[in-house]
Amino acid sequence: MQNPTSRPILEARDVRKQYAAHTALSGVSLAVPEGSIFGLLGPNGAGKTSLIRIITQITGADSGEVLFRGERLNPSHIGQIGYLPEERGLYKKMKVGEQLLYLAQLRGLPRTEAVQRIKGWLERLDLKPWAQKNVEDLSKGMQQKVQFVATVLHQPSLIILDEPFSGFDPINANLIKDEILRLRDEGATIIFSTHRMESVEEMCDSIALINRSRKVLDGPVSQIKDQFKTNTYEVEGQGRLLVVHPDFEVVEQKERANDHFYARIQLHTGTTPNDLLRFLIGQVQVHAFRERIPSINEIFIQRVRETMPESLIEETAS
Amino acid sequence: MDKIWLILQREYLTRVRKKSFLVISLLAPLLLGASTIGVGMLNSASGPDIVAVHDASGQQVASHLADTEDIHFVPAPAGSLAEAQAAFQKAKPKQAALLSIPASFGLDSAKGIQILAKGNVPLKRRETISKAVNKAIGELKMARSGLQQATIDNLQAKVDLAAINLDERGGKRNDVGATTGMAYVLSILVYMFIFIYGVQVMRGVSEEKSNRIMEVMISSVKPFQLMMGKILGIAGVVLTQFALWLTLSWAITTVVLPLVMKTDKPVAAAAASPTATAGAAATASPAAPGNSPAVAAASPSSSEKAAATPQPGQPFSIWSMLDGLPIGSIIGGFLFFFFGGYLLYSAMFAAIGSAVDDQTDAQQFMFPVTIPLILSYIVSINVIINGDPNGSLAFWLSMIPVTSPIAMVMRLPFGVPTWQLLLSGALLIAGFVGTTWVAARIYRVGILMYGKKVTYGELSKWMFYKG
Repeated sequence: MQNPTSRPILEARDVRKQYAAHTALSGVSLAVPEGSIFGLLGPNGAGKTSLIRIITQITGADSGEVLFRGERLNPSHIGQIGYLPEERGLYKKMKVGEQLLYLAQLRGLPRTEAVQRIKGWLERLDLKPWAQKNVEDLSKGMQQKVQFVATVLHQPSLIILDEPFSGFDPINANLIKDEILRLRDEGATIIFSTHRMESVEEMCDSIALINRSRKVLDGPVSQIKDQFKTNTYEVEGQGRLLVVHPDFEVVEQKERANDHFYARIQLHTGTTPNDLLRFLIGQVQVHAFRERIPSINEIFIQRVRETMPESLIEETAS
Repeated sequence: MDKIWLILQREYLTRVRKKSFLVISLLAPLLLGASTIGVGMLNSASGPDIVAVHDASGQQVASHLADTEDIHFVPAPAGSLAEAQAAFQKAKPKQAALLSIPASFGLDSAKGIQILAKGNVPLKRRETISKAVNKAIGELKMARSGLQQATIDNLQAKVDLAAINLDERGGKRNDVGATTGMAYVLSILVYMFIFIYGVQVMRGVSEEKSNRIMEVMISSVKPFQLMMGKILGIAGVVLTQFALWLTLSWAITTVVLPLVMKTDKPVAAAAASPTATAGAAATASPAAPGNSPAVAAASPSSSEKAAATPQPGQPFSIWSMLDGLPIGSIIGGFLFFFFGGYLLYSAMFAAIGSAVDDQTDAQQFMFPVTIPLILSYIVSINVIINGDPNGSLAFWLSMIPVTSPIAMVMRLPFGVPTWQLLLSGALLIAGFVGTTWVAARIYRVGILMYGKKVTYGELSKWMFYKG
């Protein structure tokens, strides 16, 4: 949908889910392009986890359908999906190696192959000396690494990570990030649910934003950013800036030491950045001039605010 | 199915490999063995009480006093009563009492007989001695009137009230003691194991929940598979424990025990068990001393029954009690009803475990599950063991699926008509299928529900949630 060059590995069509007195998803449709990192964003309680639980077949949708590679989602897909839930846990009294073997076998991986892969992963993540230790003897960070291994051990083509970096120190977070990128480069698709925007910006190719049980925005990150550009430019320079002009409007202006300044200036329609530059050059000395591109965080907050009243109205009406 | 098998294996292996499992598996039969040895030792150490008889009457009462199960009569040294008393004081082994028959005693004026003892003479001992003296006097009187000893022996009535169970092939004799004991043992085993391992199922589920591994598991397997894998895996642990206990108990009571106890006491009991060692069998001797009441004599199968009742002075083997009981139906019935009951109750325990966030919340939900379990045990004892094992209340208790695992197992040793076994079995199967279905519906919602105060109303709502 967003990226016509690659077909979606996963497609949700008008998915609805209702719990007793609470609507978790009301008609969510989205498509996850194969081989991409897809950010599933939304404030707490928006319906992200409900959607993930439907994709992982923990629960079923009330209506609508989810397609995996064009096929209606069914238990035969379990082996092709890896899931790292936000609420993480392992059997505490089980040895690391045995636990990984068990979880891999439950995902349909044959025993001998699982043993091979466990070896490789434990070596890569420096966990080898811990293979024979009980999980409860591991530090929290190491347990998280074991969980990550358990998620990807069966080489799923779709990996769903719910807040994968929570609880990691920066070093391990980087390690995991590199592994995620490596998996993507090897062809896996990653759905990445989070509300930590800096990691979204850094890693995601596309995103979908869910708020109050509805999808309010989706598409490739670059497209979305374009879409949310406000034709605003940031200027830094020296001199006295005084803008009184029908084509521009100063959104923000800060005076700094030594006659320096910083300003955000919005162009009215029909005006080009060059028009602004020409105007500025006549007035001040320009040190920096760049287009202001909104961060995903800003877009997120903006969209959530925009969609809030509407859904509130709907809720009271129903 | 292979996923259930994987889960079953994990549940089984993690529990069986625990040290605590090994300890309990070894300790329980050791305790059983130790207590059997203890009881045996006490039994053989006390033996029958020795009563010295000082007979100054010249009527030979002493020689006609027959030993009973509890009392062994020995003649006091000849001489005056004072000398006999002195000897009694110093006697080794210790004597329980000194029976004095004075010179003034005559068969027609049986007066002046005294029991001398340190401290009070227990009522039962006084009665036993009194009976023995009466019998002796009777015999002496009969002899005086010219009857031959053989005739006298012939005249003695030997009453043996035998209960014959007509349901059994060949009309086998019933040993009430063994039957009742068996009923107690089997039902308490079922009760204990359902309770202990049902709670283990519950703990396992709530551990998975509080460990937060549930979501990972449920994204790989169906909740029902996870629940059944756990229940069956733990059932495997129970069966392993049973097998270990039986083997070890058997080994201790039939191999080790006779070796420990054989020194000076005859070992009769072990001989009854076909599996007893040759050594134990060789030392076996006929029941002694005296005739044991009720069971030993004049019964259709006295030879095989003689060993089944514990004899004074002998360690008794619990295995010999099994003779004469409907063993086939007991073992089959026990395994079936235990298993059915366990499945039924552990499904409920699993549902409880899934619904609560931590163990302390589980109490309020455990109550309605444990009540039928406890009640069926208590009521069954009164109705079946102390009442009529085939009465209508017993019948109904052994038909209702929540009470039948205990009630039916308790009835088994008394013999249960086949149609009742089949009907109760079918009802139990229907019961656990129904319970498991309901439990699974609660379970699949409960395992993913965190931080919610669960009420009964809530639980009933979960049953109707869509998948």
